[in-house]
Amino acid sequence: MQVLYFGWVRSRIGTGKEELSPPPEVDSVAGLIDWLKARGGGYASALEDSSALRVAVNQEIAPLDAAITDSDEVALFPPMTGG
Amino acid sequence: MIRVQTEDFDIGAEISRMTDGNTEIGGLASFVGLVRDYAGDEKISSMTLEHYPGMTEKQLERLEADARERWQLQDVLIIHRYGELQPGDRIVLVVTASEHREASLESCQFLIDWLKTKAPFWKLEDRESGAKWVESREEDTVAADRWVRVTDS
Repeated sequence: MQVLYFGWVRSRIGTGKEELSPPPEVDSVAGLIDWLKARGGGYASALEDSSALRVAVNQEIAPLDAAITDSDEVALFPPMTGG
Repeated sequence: MIRVQTEDFDIGAEISRMTDGNTEIGGLASFVGLVRDYAGDEKISSMTLEHYPGMTEKQLERLEADARERWQLQDVLIIHRYGELQPGDRIVLVVTASEHREASLESCQFLIDWLKTKAPFWKLEDRESGAKWVESREEDTVAADRWVRVTDS
């Protein structure tokens, strides 16, 4: 699974993109966030408050409970600040 | 048309390109966003815009399509820059052209309101006290939400 981070989520985690293989029980974005948080360190600090996070699955805005599979591209980021 | 680029843009040239040869355009509206040199009472020396390549283009194309569906428009141009910018630099250009003024004026405001909350960009300010990510503003969400139609869901 390709996982991307932007904004302060990226700077806290320390990378913008990584290829991950979460266990099969991780089948939603919320599950992925919990699994990543358990790694501690930058992951725990970046993903601590899921209400501050926004999500895209395959480059489309998605809710936290969106289902995901290994072939998806999942992005986690703060609220967008375009313009 | 949408463009996502690091380079600056020439507003006059972009408007000429849009209007040359299209004499059905009766008016156009434009918005240019610029980098300020302060945030609150702190000086900003530069701003770096990060974006989500691929998703950014999709979102901007969707915004253009949405504006064209809501208003009768002759043309739409959105240019959004990314990378490191200095105070005074142009960040974004929105130009909308129509036969009559209402459509261009309203759709220009609609696009810039929606860009604020729906375009996947994040801004890192280089302040005197250190680097700081720009937070989304409640006012921007309110401004974007007023364009949500009852039929949308």
